[in-house]
Amino acid sequence: MLLLQTSIPVPKDIPLPFPAPEWFLVTILIISFLVHIVFVNLMLGGSLLTLWCQIKGIKNKEYDTLAHEIAKTITVNKSLAVVMGIAPLLTINTLYTVFFYTANSLTGLMWIAIIPLVTVAFLLTYLHKYTWNTFSNNKPIHILIIAFACIIFMIIPLVFFTNVNLMLFPEKWGTIKGFMSALLLPNVFPRYLHFIFASLAVTGLFLFWYVGRKNYDFESIFNQLTRYEVKKKAYSLVLAASVSQFIIGPIVLLTLPSKGLGWNLILVIFTGAIISLPAIFYMYKAIVGKPENINKNFKIVVICLTITVVFMGSGRHIYRANALNPHIKMISEKTQSFIKESEIARQESAKPQTAVSDKTDSNKGLEIFEQNCAACHAKDEKVVGPPIREMQTIYSNNPSGLKAWIKAPGKKREGYPQMPAFANKLSDSELNQLSNYILTIK
Amino acid sequence: MDIPLFHLDWLNNRMLIAIIATLHALINHSLAVGFMPLVTWLENKGVVNSNPHEITDPKWDKMVYKMMWTAFIITTTIGAMTGVGIWFSVSLVSPNSIASLIRVFYFAWFVEWLVFVTEVVLILIYFLTWKNANKTLKAKTRHIKFGWYLSVFSWVTMAIIVSILGFMMDPGNWNNEQSLINGFTNPLYLPQLLYRTPLAMVLAGTLGLFLVSVFTNKGDTIRIKAFRYIGKWILCWLPFAVAGAVYYFNVIPKTMLANLQVAIGTQSFQQWYDIMWKVIVGSSIIILITAIITVWKPQIMKSYFLAITLVFALGFMGLFERVREFIRKPYIISEYMYSNLLREEDYPLYKKDGILKWATYNSTPTVTNENKVEAGRNVFMLACSRCHTTQGINSITYVFDRMYGNTGKPFKEDMMKSYIKNMHKSREYMPPFPGNDLELDALVAYIKQLQVTNEVLEGAQEVGVAINKDQSVEAFKSQFANKETQNESQNNLVKK
Repeated sequence: MLLLQTSIPVPKDIPLPFPAPEWFLVTILIISFLVHIVFVNLMLGGSLLTLWCQIKGIKNKEYDTLAHEIAKTITVNKSLAVVMGIAPLLTINTLYTVFFYTANSLTGLMWIAIIPLVTVAFLLTYLHKYTWNTFSNNKPIHILIIAFACIIFMIIPLVFFTNVNLMLFPEKWGTIKGFMSALLLPNVFPRYLHFIFASLAVTGLFLFWYVGRKNYDFESIFNQLTRYEVKKKAYSLVLAASVSQFIIGPIVLLTLPSKGLGWNLILVIFTGAIISLPAIFYMYKAIVGKPENINKNFKIVVICLTITVVFMGSGRHIYRANALNPHIKMISEKTQSFIKESEIARQESAKPQTAVSDKTDSNKGLEIFEQNCAACHAKDEKVVGPPIREMQTIYSNNPSGLKAWIKAPGKKREGYPQMPAFANKLSDSELNQLSNYILTIK
Repeated sequence: MDIPLFHLDWLNNRMLIAIIATLHALINHSLAVGFMPLVTWLENKGVVNSNPHEITDPKWDKMVYKMMWTAFIITTTIGAMTGVGIWFSVSLVSPNSIASLIRVFYFAWFVEWLVFVTEVVLILIYFLTWKNANKTLKAKTRHIKFGWYLSVFSWVTMAIIVSILGFMMDPGNWNNEQSLINGFTNPLYLPQLLYRTPLAMVLAGTLGLFLVSVFTNKGDTIRIKAFRYIGKWILCWLPFAVAGAVYYFNVIPKTMLANLQVAIGTQSFQQWYDIMWKVIVGSSIIILITAIITVWKPQIMKSYFLAITLVFALGFMGLFERVREFIRKPYIISEYMYSNLLREEDYPLYKKDGILKWATYNSTPTVTNENKVEAGRNVFMLACSRCHTTQGINSITYVFDRMYGNTGKPFKEDMMKSYIKNMHKSREYMPPFPGNDLELDALVAYIKQLQVTNEVLEGAQEVGVAINKDQSVEAFKSQFANKETQNESQNNLVKK
């Protein structure tokens, strides 16, 4: 029973309409997110591959050169990864405001730590790229630089996954105490692994294309390695990573809490998986086939895998929608009823209260004093400003002098803060009433 | 909107945004908006001034390339990430305001993103093709053209974001019409742009001078030539920057200008106000002197003097940003949402029922004698914690003690209550206290406890949240069920 004690919150939403139809925002979110994630994949996969090649390059110089070639692409892909992340960030903020911001807050320190961490990782990738010759005799140090960048790049996705996972489960929000407890919710790590292998696959495909470009002068860069060898290795990486996804994928699906599962989701995910099969087949054939046939069917491989990725991305959204829609409905009803309550309270408070006009000057003076002055001035003792007795001594029989001071006070003495000016806040007659009142207080 | 509140009890939440945002604005202005046209202009000078048989002066071109290299590294790391950092920090500290703005300005930000993507692609092309472009004159000319495109897009990125900044500060705008065009037509838009554009050019110039002094040796002919060009560049833009600053200050709406005096540096505003003008006048003069020396006597100019000039130039802008951030108080979105993230129009409801009742995340929906201090802590989190800490920067005990004359004596309850109730009238930068009298009692009890215990207020990122039973699914269901039965009984009555 103790476990059941935390209840599920139904917070209010922003009481403003969406800026565009929901289907439009959803489309933007899915597409822009996939573009973003492809560049993130290339950034992460590229860094890991660079590290691996460079370690291998200690014994075989050719791999060091390959590492350098891949490293050059990281700094470009990382810039695009950041800039492409803005559109999905903006859109998820709009569509899932309450859910996303709540997850951000609950994991706040790690969430904001992304900024300095990624900045450091980016600086390390530049340092690594621009010190290739400087450290040519100090390889371990040079490798350490990219290794640090890799570690940071591996941590960041974990923070994102923790967040987008946490936003799906309002029933857990009351139990979360900091990032670590959100990280340990089921499903974070399987999804993370799924992403890491996808990164390797995407990077392999990218490498295959990159070294195969017509205006890429492969032969003048490498002495022993051939295009065929690099391409074959790239394809092997894609193949291994893709096949692994057939094991990791079902684990992700099985560890997903059941609330968002539905036949629509299963259908989309299985269709996506099936579409990747021809790509796997063609890659296998290219790897075991003759060198001159390695480029055959590359386009089909890319197209199939792209479609798979789009299906998986859509599946991700379907799960989110399935999981959150009931809660979204409650939130919107709640928001409506809050707006109504607020409206009623506003109307009640706007009803005219006791008439003001038949008050005497001194009554008005009292009222003005209570509202504007009493917070800082008392009769006999210093509160924030000096007591009224003091004003009466200074300005006895001189209400206009007091009025002038209230309108634009100077700063008089140590230990007292500056008094704000009331020239714009009170009318001339109000100032008269106030000054006269102050001097008549007994 | 109800979000668990992130809170930094030492650094202060606003300070987190301020550090990231100021850093971003400084990098954006000095290394992007102003720097791209400067670098392109200098690259072009290399081509124009080269020998007839050369495409460009190779030594000169190398120097300009190194300047661009610096800009490229910094803008694509710290610059880009602090830009994202503004989003992250604002969504943590001030979720309601940014979420409201996004609902209204989605397409402004979307267009901004498209322009920004273009800018990033152009900077990648411009920087990464630099060396290859030196092979033919045709390629070099095209490369310079890309530099100009990049300059335009850097500027447009800024021109769009300024509309959103201007909108937030423009009183009354929100309640009239919430649209993108509104951001561009508001009275602060043009002045801000007219101030920021030449300022960016001046900042880029001072930074450019410093980088030239780093990348060249004393007495180099290219050093002297570069000093002269950049000095002239600064002399051209400086008058516009100063004029823009004055113009900008003059159009800030009157209500805000009134706030301005109390706002800058809060209590001792006069000192701050003077400091701001001194820094602005002082740094303008230093920049002017530097520019004149680099034009007339470039040989005597020293690196350290250029570094000092750069610091002052950045200070010029930093102070202005600080003022801009302060003058919108007590609002975060003018006349719509207070800086405590509560909407002005919901105040009557909060005054009537209390803020705790309506807050989804708090452990004390109603104040009782037993939970008074805990309730006070919750009120503080909801109503004060966006700007005040309990122990750190701008802490609540510090500001009260300072107001009562730095005596360190225990605060007097009655005085605090009557002050908090009316503070928005004499301290215009403070939003009115939103809660009811019981909550005020609780808040005062909590602050008095803080004064003696030094206890720390932990944010949702550390201790999580308690869920208000009145705002949970259970409460929602029972309300819903009540409505249903009411409807049914009404229907039955009608049938009868």
